[in-house]
Amino acid sequence: MKFGVIQFPGSNCDQDAYYAIRDVLQQPVDYIWHQESNLAGYDCVILPGGFSYGDYLRTGAIARFSPVMGAVQEFADRGGLVIGICNGFQILCEAHLLPGALLANNTLRFRCKYLHVRVENDTSSFTHLCYRGQVLRIPIAHHSGCYYCEPDVLKELEEQDRILLRYCDRDGNVTEQSNPNGSVSNIAGILNEQGNVAGMMPHPERAVEDLLGSEDGVLIFRSIVERLS
Amino acid sequence: MSANREPGGRTVQATLPIPPEVYREMGLNDAEYQRVVEVLGRHPTYTELGMYAVMWSEHCGYKFSRPILKLFRKYREAIEGSGLENAGVIDIGDGFGIAMKMESHNHPSAVEPFQGAATGVGGILRDIFTMGARPIASMNSLRFGNLDDPRNRYLFEHVVGGIAFYGNCVGVPTVGGEVCFEECYSGNPLVNVLSVGLVRIDEIAFARACGPGNPVMLVGSRTGRDGIHGATFASVELGPDSESRRPNVQIGDPFTEKCLIEATLEALKTGYIVGIQDMGAAGITCSTCETAAKAGTGMRIDVRKVPLREEGMTPYEIMLSESQERMLAIVQKGHEDEVARIFTKWGLNASIIGEVTDDGLIHVYDGNELVAQVPAKSLAEEAPTYVLDTEEPEYLKRVQSYDLSSIPEPDDYNQALLKLLASPTIASKEWVYEQYDHMVQTNTVVLPGSDAAVIRIRGTKKAIALTTDCNGRYCYLDPYLGAQIAVAEAARNLACCGAKPLAVTDCLNFGNPEKPEVFWQFRRCVEGMAEACEFFEAPVVSGNVSFYNETPDAAIYPTPVVGMLGLIEDVQKRCTSAFKGEGDVIVLVSGWTAEDEASCDLNSLGGSEYLKAIHGLAVGKPPVLVMEKEKRVHRVVLRAIDQMLLNSAHDCSDGGLATTLAEGCIMGDVGAQISLVSNCGPAAALFAETQSRIVVSLPAEKLGKLREIAEDEQVEITVLGRTHGDKLEIAVNDEPVINVKIMDLKEAWCRSIPRTMED
Repeated sequence: MKFGVIQFPGSNCDQDAYYAIRDVLQQPVDYIWHQESNLAGYDCVILPGGFSYGDYLRTGAIARFSPVMGAVQEFADRGGLVIGICNGFQILCEAHLLPGALLANNTLRFRCKYLHVRVENDTSSFTHLCYRGQVLRIPIAHHSGCYYCEPDVLKELEEQDRILLRYCDRDGNVTEQSNPNGSVSNIAGILNEQGNVAGMMPHPERAVEDLLGSEDGVLIFRSIVERLS
Repeated sequence: MSANREPGGRTVQATLPIPPEVYREMGLNDAEYQRVVEVLGRHPTYTELGMYAVMWSEHCGYKFSRPILKLFRKYREAIEGSGLENAGVIDIGDGFGIAMKMESHNHPSAVEPFQGAATGVGGILRDIFTMGARPIASMNSLRFGNLDDPRNRYLFEHVVGGIAFYGNCVGVPTVGGEVCFEECYSGNPLVNVLSVGLVRIDEIAFARACGPGNPVMLVGSRTGRDGIHGATFASVELGPDSESRRPNVQIGDPFTEKCLIEATLEALKTGYIVGIQDMGAAGITCSTCETAAKAGTGMRIDVRKVPLREEGMTPYEIMLSESQERMLAIVQKGHEDEVARIFTKWGLNASIIGEVTDDGLIHVYDGNELVAQVPAKSLAEEAPTYVLDTEEPEYLKRVQSYDLSSIPEPDDYNQALLKLLASPTIASKEWVYEQYDHMVQTNTVVLPGSDAAVIRIRGTKKAIALTTDCNGRYCYLDPYLGAQIAVAEAARNLACCGAKPLAVTDCLNFGNPEKPEVFWQFRRCVEGMAEACEFFEAPVVSGNVSFYNETPDAAIYPTPVVGMLGLIEDVQKRCTSAFKGEGDVIVLVSGWTAEDEASCDLNSLGGSEYLKAIHGLAVGKPPVLVMEKEKRVHRVVLRAIDQMLLNSAHDCSDGGLATTLAEGCIMGDVGAQISLVSNCGPAAALFAETQSRIVVSLPAEKLGKLREIAEDEQVEITVLGRTHGDKLEIAVNDEPVINVKIMDLKEAWCRSIPRTMED
């Protein structure tokens, strides 16, 4: 089993994801340069956080056209596991591997802080080691994390159990106050229809050691590892 | 101007004198112009004149500050020895070093706050990775005028926005700093940015143009007309026409910087880069002459080979452009392609613009035309220096002798405390640091909001701690003492998180040095700081001087900001400032005896935030400091943290003991019951900013061990009370004076800045 972490110019959480997989999960992992067009040999591909190509236009808007994204599309079509974190989530939406879009936070400011998310789906390849309703403490760090989709898409996401995580308070209540960016229905993470592509705004790779304040992110990565082995 | 036109010409023969109004406009005085003529043996060309003007400005040449900066030991040794490098490197063991530097971007931020602050961050990062160090953390120290003024709110919002824009994109965590508000910074904000990087000691890169014949490569962004004469602009006072200086401000591109970081570090790993220097102030001029001067070589470059952003740029403009995200690399001959390929991979330009020579001269060609030919050392190292007059300012005696006994006790101590907590200088800066990515790189183990930020060093058990400190009001009231307190407080902040001081980088912000009163403040501050840094074993290893921080109305307070680096040997043994739950004993570790503690001399409110926030006064003398006592307090707390006795440690500074206690409660979400003793009124007991004091909390059963350590270090400790309930209750001489719900303290402290900025 092997992980790949995609490196776009401007990715800046690539090394953090790499360390989380290599040092904490102790799994094999490579960096994949954005001009790569072959993902053979990988079982899970991570699109990390950052500012791909500077994100001066619209987050993820340029990255979706990079050579590696064609390969990611094929990889996903073949059933490979793909997880986009923060900027990676934005890119997956831009590439239509996930529905909806990520808009500027309703605060119009970048926000970096620890917060709580509630596990809404406990059977997915990314969350099956959690239990439904479990509250995870994982930080966010983004300027454009306000998830938006049309009402019919939201209905579909809900009916098909494709909402992975929702922002909540420390007791697991999904409230307006616990929504850091104005996301529709407090959505922090979603799945594609096939269940093999996930996107989330919080950074699980930042919550993999007690020393950093939380180990809850390990549950996400360990879910992937167990599903693949 | 005239330059001879012989293909591959060997000499410049400009004979026409430059009119005085031209060189004066560029910032050179008559004597300096004459000096240029003497050095060259002829009148300079226009391009040469521009190069001298910018390199001999205070910003680049330190012509006023250099004689005083020699009071810093390491600086003196460097000047007399091997020369200065871009940022000091401090050995932290295990084969690793920390590169650290702080720099100001005050003037650009005053006219264009967003880009001014953003490019400040970019510049300081380049200072770090040009040494081969990966930047691992940034901090900033900011000063603004009062937030009632919309202009100051605008500056505050956009400076923070610019730092966030740049710092977040490049993926270097901004882990903390300080923000203060005083009227004197109105219209002249201070934006000081600090960055630290991690480098293997055996992989440090040097800014030396070694090896005649080696190609000189310009990497990174294209060169445009932005920022021409930025350094000269930084060397004059701000005035009504400063707005027209907006084109002097550079524009930042953090995406390119991020690629430049990765490409530079990757290229250095090849071993084919023999020397490298970032381009900041004075652009190509500065980087060519400094690298050549350091190596005792010369350089021949052709400005036509510089990739340009716009057409029709003159050699003068190309040599002086301060376009961002560029570096000058001197590459081992024969390996140009390997190095260039790495930069190209990251989407960056890499162009050979010339080569190293052995004649000590900088030759600048414009195609075949020689437009400048100057000795590298004359630009880089021989800026004229001046010993300026000093004179003790008149205001000092007046403010110091203010009769503090005439100040009445407040009617309501609760209200006074709430008002202090809501004072923007004291209030929570969450609104600021939430806008900064302070966790990227996943090494930040103590997040912003505590006394110091802590960054673990991967692959070791160690961590470093960082803090910036300076109380400008203290420095205004007594520059020497104020500067010493800045150093003492920085060391105290480090002690509170379990770190021993290692080194200091400074950013010395002052008014116009050509005014004797300002230069007196400068000299006294440097004297105080140099002495304190030696005492706390944290030598100044790098820094920056920013003069001319004045508007026609007034100069800023003398503000010598201290950025201090500390080391934690075992990252598990660290401490934060929040109380940790019910029932802990709260103890004051103080350098003073119980008798001192109760005395009025020691507990003077002089210079305090209380006087400022409640009475609108900046008067009196700053609190007394006895460095030996201060150091003992640090030793007690460091030993206690090392033995894992403490649940929290928080220094007493702005707002006094009551503020320290309130912050411990708010951050820990727990109340406290406290009893104080005082001979001089509750206000002094609560709000005096008496030095050398740290509030710690610990389980009662560990108190005995703490006492043993304290006795061993000859430090008195006093049990003040315990953590309990949901209120902060303080009695002075058994008289209850403070009784406030933590919720209300939190509202005052946390909501103050967001309310001001958003409502």
